[in-house]
Amino acid sequence: MALVMNSENERLQHQRRFSGDLIGITAIVAIGAIGYFVFPDNLALLTRMITIALLVLSLDLVTGYCGVATLGHAALFGSGAYAAGILSAHYGINDPLLMMLAGIAAGAIAGLLSGAIILRAHGLPQLVLSIALIHLFHEFANKASSWTGGSDGLSGIAPDPIFGLFEFDLYGQTAFFFGMTLLLVVFVLLRFLVRSPFGMLCRGIRQDPLRIRAMGGSPMAALIRMYVISGAVAGVGGALNAISTQVVGLDSLSFTQSAEALVMLVLGGTGSLFGALSGTVIFMLFEDYVSAANPFHWLTMVGALLIAVVLFAPKGLFGTAAAFVRRRKEARA
Amino acid sequence: MNPVFEVSNLRKAFGGLAVTNDVSLAMAPGDRVALIGPNGAGKTTFVNLVTGNLSPDSGEVRLGGEAVTKIDAVGRVKRGLVRSFQVTRLFQDMTPAEHVGLAVLQRDGKAKRAFGNFLAMSDVMTEVDELLGKLGLASLMHRRVSEIAYGQQRLLEIAVALALKPKVLLLDEPAAGVPQSDTGRIEQALADLPGDLAVLMIEHDMDLVFRFAKRVIVLAAGAIIFDGLPADVTRDARVREAYLGSYANASHIA
Amino acid sequence: MQTVFSIAVDALAYGMVLFVISIGLSVTMGLMRVVNLAHGAFAMIGGYIASYAARDLGLGYAAAVIAAVVATIIIAIPLERFLYRRIYGAPELTQVLMTIGITFCVIGIANYAMGPTLKTIPLAGALQGSADLGFRTIPVHRLFVILCGLAVALALWFAIERTSFGVKLRASVDDAAMAAALGVRTEIIYAVSFAVAVGLAAFGGVVGAELLPVEPYYALRYMVTFLVVVSVGGAGSIPGALIACLLLGAIDTTGRYLMPEFGEFFFYLAVIAIICVFPRGLAGRVK
Repeated sequence: MALVMNSENERLQHQRRFSGDLIGITAIVAIGAIGYFVFPDNLALLTRMITIALLVLSLDLVTGYCGVATLGHAALFGSGAYAAGILSAHYGINDPLLMMLAGIAAGAIAGLLSGAIILRAHGLPQLVLSIALIHLFHEFANKASSWTGGSDGLSGIAPDPIFGLFEFDLYGQTAFFFGMTLLLVVFVLLRFLVRSPFGMLCRGIRQDPLRIRAMGGSPMAALIRMYVISGAVAGVGGALNAISTQVVGLDSLSFTQSAEALVMLVLGGTGSLFGALSGTVIFMLFEDYVSAANPFHWLTMVGALLIAVVLFAPKGLFGTAAAFVRRRKEARA
Repeated sequence: MNPVFEVSNLRKAFGGLAVTNDVSLAMAPGDRVALIGPNGAGKTTFVNLVTGNLSPDSGEVRLGGEAVTKIDAVGRVKRGLVRSFQVTRLFQDMTPAEHVGLAVLQRDGKAKRAFGNFLAMSDVMTEVDELLGKLGLASLMHRRVSEIAYGQQRLLEIAVALALKPKVLLLDEPAAGVPQSDTGRIEQALADLPGDLAVLMIEHDMDLVFRFAKRVIVLAAGAIIFDGLPADVTRDARVREAYLGSYANASHIA
Repeated sequence: MQTVFSIAVDALAYGMVLFVISIGLSVTMGLMRVVNLAHGAFAMIGGYIASYAARDLGLGYAAAVIAAVVATIIIAIPLERFLYRRIYGAPELTQVLMTIGITFCVIGIANYAMGPTLKTIPLAGALQGSADLGFRTIPVHRLFVILCGLAVALALWFAIERTSFGVKLRASVDDAAMAAALGVRTEIIYAVSFAVAVGLAAFGGVVGAELLPVEPYYALRYMVTFLVVVSVGGAGSIPGALIACLLLGAIDTTGRYLMPEFGEFFFYLAVIAIICVFPRGLAGRVK
């Protein structure tokens, strides 16, 4: 009897999660559509939002799901951007899908490298490693200017039409739809990932790595693997950035970019894909508004926002809202 | 019967102080052994040496005939040496189903699968249902651990260990911190442990030791001073001295 | 030979500046277990205030130094009271976010109030020029900085090892709950240590302004440098911090002299190598 009830229970839960997927996809499409009709002249902003959303999703994998605090995650994003850009600017390979592949590969390699270094320490030394690492990547890209264009940025990126059909137009229509497609694909794949046995293993590692070892699991191997996956996701974002803006700047490999990604993640709420997405959208709308109104105070505003989130919404906006809804439901049930 | 678990001449010293001093013991499948000893006897160090969290200065640990002294903690778990923790170490925001599911997946080498939800894997779920059902946790299987009672968490700790299908199980004070009203459930769970499993229980509660163990080992100052039947332990002069010191003439072990 | 000597003097001076600024961070991290990324921002505030006092108000160097230390502490007190106290004992990520938020705010405000340019602090006459050591001459300012570093190290050693405050401080570092149970008012210890740490940071920011120029991104530029001192030296360890500072000072200065193009690159590489070799710091204390 108990067994029957359990499988029933489990099927219900399964269904609920599946409908959660549908709601998520619908929400992303709806917000994309609203953006498309509200900001028809500013599709570049929307596309940039998508690229940064990919970076923040990638960061969520290691920080939210695995508990690794890092201030150097832009290293993975920037590597993807430079790989895609260099492929086009130096080798004349302009197929956007090949550029995307190069970005994914470079992001994954940078993820492997970052993971191998950052995971060697814990706590403060880990944080210091991540900061030193992003500075190292930045300095390297700065000095290798014959490849990266140094502080002038890498230009001369000229992606061909996608499948030879959809040309990257001046208004950014193609880039926007390309980005939306990528985001949806990545989102669905990550939903699978975080609910898979591997996702569960990573959540366990975040809470108690020693317990995982006592279960015969190897936290280090799992975390490195997650770092590689995270690098591939950040690489998608980086490559999309290179393809859509057709330049790659040193700022894509900067400490500030890493810190901002962390701010967006925390603003939305760690450990949830929706948190990562909502944090990015809110932060970037805010950025767009504030930096247009008063560029001088941009950094001050980010700082104040961060302090406010820590003090008043430590679970992030999405996390706080979700907890509120759950409490309401439980109160009614 | 061939021993499934064997420790021979294990030694470990911290800066000249011998914390584990020439310890040897062997266990066969189905053995129920209790390891007791006064505070500071070196029980924790012994457990850490056996599980591979510490490496010994000399001596050997064998599992199913294979020397595992050079193998790390994770490798020993994979070879069937599993422990539970004295203070529950569970994942607070995960459910009992997820705990046991993760253990089953880990045991079968499937925990690295990046696709599919274990709730939909019928082979895993059958095992999860069965194990949690046996321990009376079926109705809680989808609650978060932080929402269930401590006694139930202790049962879950045992369930996680069993899900790994161990050959040798080290139980570190399985009833510690559990309210009196719940100890019955835990003792029942201990009585229901698989018959071919070798169990080494570290315990302070002598009532539990006498009900559970067929054999008692007493550790004092890092060395085994008694290894024999529970009925004989209270009569052993050395044990009395280790526990009671100069009050060795008292009639009971407190 | 001349080059080796000037590298050595500069490295020593640079290391001492790092020490004066970071030692407060080290002590507060050991004590309150707060990952304070905003520590460099206090050094920067000190530099700005000294520059303002010396150049715009016409104060002398010594007066400017004192004004900077006092004013920075006054600015820091409400921050400790209303922001830092909320994150004692919080998860690391929370502490990182709060303190990086404070850093961003300080940078933004400094940029707005003082402009993006470098700010100099005119030295006192006695500190300009060179001193003749008989076989070599060295800039007096470097000598002054080195002496400041030694003085701070000695004073701290005395305060921690030989005073009743130091006893309470060490007890609180070892076990705050136990210290509180023994009647130590830990919140007062925390507040005083925080103020001393901030004051030292400001002092280091001012006397080190020749080596670490004061500009709005100071707080970000040297963030990793100060943090690495603590993570390499071990939180709360004065000898550890001193060794770490001298080591990092040597690496950074040598790199800048010999390979000005790649100086920073090798500095970060060295930081990563050191932490990978000593993930628990040079002192190697296991937590």
